[in-house]
Amino acid sequence: MYDFEKIYQAKSIADAVAALTDDPQAVVISGGSDVLIKIREGKLRGCSLVSIHGIPELEGVSLEADGEILIRPATSFTHVSQHPLVQKYIPMLGEAVEQVGGPQIRNIGTIGGNICNGVTSADSASTLLTFNARLDLQGPDGVRQAALADFYRGPGKTDRAHNELLVGIRIAKADYEGFGGHYIKYAQRNAMDIATLGCAANVKLTPDKKRVAELRLAFGVAAPTPVRCSGAEKAAAGQEIGQELLEMVAGKAMEEVNPRTSWRASKEFRMQLVKELSKRALKQAIIHAGGQVASC
Amino acid sequence: MLKLIKMTVNEKPVELAVDERESLLETLRERLGLTSVKKGCEVGECGACTVLVDGEAIDSCIYLTVWAENRHILTVEGLRGPNGELSPIQRAFIEEAAVQCGFCTPGLIMTAVEIVGSGKRYTREELRRLIAGHLCRCTGYQNILNAMERIVEETYKTVGKEIPGG
Repeated sequence: MYDFEKIYQAKSIADAVAALTDDPQAVVISGGSDVLIKIREGKLRGCSLVSIHGIPELEGVSLEADGEILIRPATSFTHVSQHPLVQKYIPMLGEAVEQVGGPQIRNIGTIGGNICNGVTSADSASTLLTFNARLDLQGPDGVRQAALADFYRGPGKTDRAHNELLVGIRIAKADYEGFGGHYIKYAQRNAMDIATLGCAANVKLTPDKKRVAELRLAFGVAAPTPVRCSGAEKAAAGQEIGQELLEMVAGKAMEEVNPRTSWRASKEFRMQLVKELSKRALKQAIIHAGGQVASC
Repeated sequence: MLKLIKMTVNEKPVELAVDERESLLETLRERLGLTSVKKGCEVGECGACTVLVDGEAIDSCIYLTVWAENRHILTVEGLRGPNGELSPIQRAFIEEAAVQCGFCTPGLIMTAVEIVGSGKRYTREELRRLIAGHLCRCTGYQNILNAMERIVEETYKTVGKEIPGG
């Protein structure tokens, strides 16, 4: 038996927003793979829950008229990674969420929960940052849009107001078309683990595939929230592909991150991971974007 | 608070009152007597409580029973043939000696049902990833993987993409 006071099963988005407005202390529960464990650990003991589990309008992936990809937040990690649109246009995201927990967790855990938890280790977060993902947040007065990059406010804290619900994750065509990307999760085990560090590189090359047109580099667990490395990104633009580029990007990235020491790993080890994984992720991203990096 | 729930368990319609704070694991074991569903870690890490909900394997310890309304639940008890015979998946586990203490076995068998049900072929490496949500402290996983490989291959050869009846 879980130690919560009550649960309200919302029937629709509007119903959930109304329930949250009525109960200023309520916690939103979707897949449950984080919230129920927090209750089990006693962190949310006695809370009241608003469940958005199984609301059809919150699930699925679709292609909008302008080529924008819309991922609804209660889509499970399994359904994200198996979706034909994800596999065709944003395979990097599918590969990233395939690294969450284990198969049973991926069958219930949702991509929206991964974002709304506000944790730096979320496997989807750094990849979504490199796609310039935008969020639709619905409150009592309607829907507003927010950039994912502006959504994180600190560990476990987000810009979502108490009575707002994440109702859509959007990736514009210009933010995925022509990009090749790669996400690397470094963890202590090959499955059922939380990232010690996560690195996502997403790159667009010049038509001759010799230079970087645009780089997007993001990390999880390298700071209190998932972060982009704008300095490394700017420095990479226009640069010729090669080992020097990888070294330069890794060096710049190290100046922009701020990992901490935790029981999983020391700050120094995480810095080493930032350096090494930037190079590996960028190299693989370049290959996915149609380029080649001579091995050294 | 008690809540009336309607669901299908092992192909039988079930209607019962449950506490809304109850996990599906607790309902299946304690109210319906389906003790193949094992209570292990209770935080979704060990996989011993794995059951299928609408064909997808989930940890029933971190799934609220109230979410099972109108859904189909399958446990190892539901794999039994019309005359009480074991399913091909269960036989493969026995033939490959994939069972030692047996605590993880029902969960692994339910994951095997999901894997076999996909009708796809998998490499041993892929199968390793697919059973990553189960802990087994006895076998070292080798015989479990042998059983999985055997049943995946047998199914693929004999029925192609047809889903075996468990």
